[in-house]
Amino acid sequence: MAIARGANAGAIIRGATLALVMLGVVQGPVVWAQQKSITVASTTSTENSGLFKHILPLFKNKTGIDVRVVAQGTGQALDTGKRGDADVVFVHDKAKELALVKDGAFVNRHDVMYNDFVVVGPKADPAKAGGGRDVVAALKKIASAKAPFASRGDKSGTHSAELRLWKAAGIDVADGKGSWYREAGSGMGATLNTAAGMNAYALTDRGTWLSFKNKADLTISVEGDNRLFNQYGVMLVNPARHAHVKKELGQLFIDWLVSAAGQQAIADYKINGEQLFFPNAAR
Amino acid sequence: MNSMGEAFSAAWQMLAGFDAELAQIVGLSLQVSITAVVIATLLGLPLGAAIAVGRFPGRQSLIVLLNALMGLPPVVVGLVVYLLLSRAGPLGSLGILFTPQAMVIAQTILIAPIIAALSRQTIEDAWREYDEQLRSLGAHRLTAAMTLIWDTRFSLLTIVLAGFGRAAAEVGAVMIVGGNIDGVTRVMTTAIALETSKGDLPLALGLGIVLIGLVLLLNALAAIIRELALRRYG
Amino acid sequence: MLPLELHELSYAVGDTQIIRGISARIEAGPRTVILGPNGAGKSVLMRLCHGLLKPTAGRIIWHGARNGDVRRHQAMVFQRPVMLRRSALGNVMYGLKLAGKSRSECELRAMDVLEVVGLAQHASRPARVLSGGEQQRLALARAWALGPDVLFLDEPTANLDPSAAQDIESIINAIHASGTKIIMTTHNLGQARRLGDEILFLSNGRLKEHAPIDRFFREPASTEAAAFIKGELPWQ
Repeated sequence: MAIARGANAGAIIRGATLALVMLGVVQGPVVWAQQKSITVASTTSTENSGLFKHILPLFKNKTGIDVRVVAQGTGQALDTGKRGDADVVFVHDKAKELALVKDGAFVNRHDVMYNDFVVVGPKADPAKAGGGRDVVAALKKIASAKAPFASRGDKSGTHSAELRLWKAAGIDVADGKGSWYREAGSGMGATLNTAAGMNAYALTDRGTWLSFKNKADLTISVEGDNRLFNQYGVMLVNPARHAHVKKELGQLFIDWLVSAAGQQAIADYKINGEQLFFPNAAR
Repeated sequence: MNSMGEAFSAAWQMLAGFDAELAQIVGLSLQVSITAVVIATLLGLPLGAAIAVGRFPGRQSLIVLLNALMGLPPVVVGLVVYLLLSRAGPLGSLGILFTPQAMVIAQTILIAPIIAALSRQTIEDAWREYDEQLRSLGAHRLTAAMTLIWDTRFSLLTIVLAGFGRAAAEVGAVMIVGGNIDGVTRVMTTAIALETSKGDLPLALGLGIVLIGLVLLLNALAAIIRELALRRYG
Repeated sequence: MLPLELHELSYAVGDTQIIRGISARIEAGPRTVILGPNGAGKSVLMRLCHGLLKPTAGRIIWHGARNGDVRRHQAMVFQRPVMLRRSALGNVMYGLKLAGKSRSECELRAMDVLEVVGLAQHASRPARVLSGGEQQRLALARAWALGPDVLFLDEPTANLDPSAAQDIESIINAIHASGTKIIMTTHNLGQARRLGDEILFLSNGRLKEHAPIDRFFREPASTEAAAFIKGELPWQ
C-alpha cells in the first residue's frame, strides 16, 4: 500500500539521520580520550603571530603530545590558569606572573623569549611623534596634539605595558577618554583594526604587527626604546592547588620551550624573513 | 569593492582546493550545531507541546518567560556555562571545558527556548483548530499533543531550522566555552573572528560566505523534503 | 445511552447567558433536529450534550451509561470538517486506533466505511486535498466507523453546495437506518423537513418547542417558531 511505502521511506531517513548524529556525538569524546594532550592558556598576540602553528608541530613530533592553545588576553589567561582550567600558562606580563607565583597559583616559571613593542601610527603622523627612539617623548607629543590613540583597554600584557609608559610620560589618560584616547576593550588584532579604521596611533607587539594584514595607512612610528622590551614567560599551574593538572606533560612542554631545540624553533620563526621572537631562556 | 572581490575569490579557492583545515572546521561546526539542535528539539518540543495543550496555574507567566528566553544573549550563556564548567566551578570535575561537548551544551541552552517557545505557539494555534474534533474523537491531552506535533510537522521543521541557524551563526557562546582551539574547538564563526582579529578581512569574509552558503544549502534541502512530503500528505 | 435527559440546563460565558434552563427528554429512535435562528444556542446545546462544554447549571443524564467514558459511544461532525494531515484512510483510522482497535481491524473497518460513503478510491490521498463535500463525507465516515450510539451533527451542510449537501443527507439517513440516533442542528427549514422526525426549537437560549415534525410545521405552538417558519424563503 502506498501509505506503508511512504512510512518506510520516512523511517529510513529518520534512522539514517539519527545514526549520523549519534556518530558525531559519540566520536567526539572517543577521539578526545585517546590523545595525550595539555591545555595551554596563552595570549591572542602570540596566537595571532602564528608562532604556535610553527613550533607546536615540532613538539608533537618529538613527544606525541597535543598542545591545545586557548588564546585569551593575558588577564584572562592568568585567570584561566588560576581556576585550573589550563595546565600551563604562557603570557607576557612578568610582574603579574611573578606575583602570582609568589601567591602560589603557579610554579616553575621560566623566561622563554622576548620581543618588543612598537608604536604604530598614521603615515601622515599628525602628532609629529614618529621617527625617534624615545617612546615616552612620542607619547607626550600624541597627548598634547590630542591625536587619536587606540588602546586595548583589556588588562592584557600589552595594555599593562602601555599604561606603564603613559605613567612614565606623566600623562593621565583618563583625561582623554572619550575624545582622543579610545579604549577598544579588545584583543590586539581587533584594536589594530580599530586603529586602522580611525587612523589612530596604537601600541602593539612587533609579532602581531608583522603578521597583521589590515595595516591600511598605518606604519611604525617609534621603535627601539628599551622600555618597549616585552618579556614572555611560561609557568605550570600549581598541581598542589589543582590535583587534575597534567603536571608531567605540562612540565615536558615547559622544559622543551627552554631547551636548545625549543629555543631554536622560536628563533626560526620568521615572517617575510623577519624574526618575530628572540629566545632568552636562562641557560 | 575590492575586499568583496577578494573575499569571493578567497572563498572559492578554499572550496575548490578542498582545504583540509576548512573541511575540519566546517565539519566541527555542523557536528556541534546539529547535535545541539537535536538535543534542544528533544527537550524543547515536548515542553512547548505540553504548555500548548496544558492548563495550569502560572501558565501565562511561563509563556512570557519562555518567549523572553529566546533573546538570551549568546555571550552571556557562554559566560554562565563557562563558570559552571570551569574547574573552579560546580561541574568542574567533568573536565569538559574547552571541548566540543561544552560548546554543544552552551548552544543547546541557547536554542532550546527558541524551539520551545515557537513550537508552543504553533501547536497552540493548531490546538485551537483541532481542539473540539480531537476531544470528540476521544483523544486525551497527551494523545492530542502528539497528534498535533505530527500534524504541524512542517511548521515545526521550519522552527528547528531556525534554531539551527541561530546556533550555527553565534560566536559568543562557543568562543568562551570552547576557547577556539586550533583543530579542536575552532568552528566557522570563531575562525572568522580570529581571521578578523588578524586583519585578514578577505579570508574572514570568505569564511563567512562559506558559512552562509552552508546554511542556505541546508535550508534548500529542507525545503525540498518539505515539498515532497507536502505532496504526499497534504 | 438513551434516553438523554436534560434538567434545567444552563450555560453562561461571563455575564452572557447562552443557554437558559433547558429541560427535555430525548428518546432513542426518531431523528432529532434542533432548529432555530442563528445565535439561538443550537451549537452550544449540542456541545453541552456531547461533553465538549461543561454546563454552568443543571444536569445532563445519559441512561444506561457508566459515568466514565460517555463520549466513547458518541461521535460528532462539525460544520467545518477538521482533517488531520494524513490520508483519508488515516483519518478514519485515527478514531478507531484511539478506541483501541488493532491496526488491521482499523484498516478493514475504515475501508468498509469509505466504500459505503463512496470515498474508497480516495483512500490513500491526503485528506486535505479533497473537496469540501468530500471532506465532510469523510468526517461522517470517520464518525460512523466508531459505531456510536448517538451521532451529533452541527450544521453539517451549511458550507456545501446543494449536490454535496444531498450526498451528506443520504449518508445521514443511512447511518440512521443502521441504528444510530441522529441529533442534528440546522437553520434550514427544508433540511429539517427532510431529515427530521422530531423538532427541538430553540430561541434565545430557551427551548420553545419539542414536537413531532408534522405537528411543529402545521401548528407551531410558539410565536417565535411561527415567525421563524414564515420568515424562511421557500427555496432555502
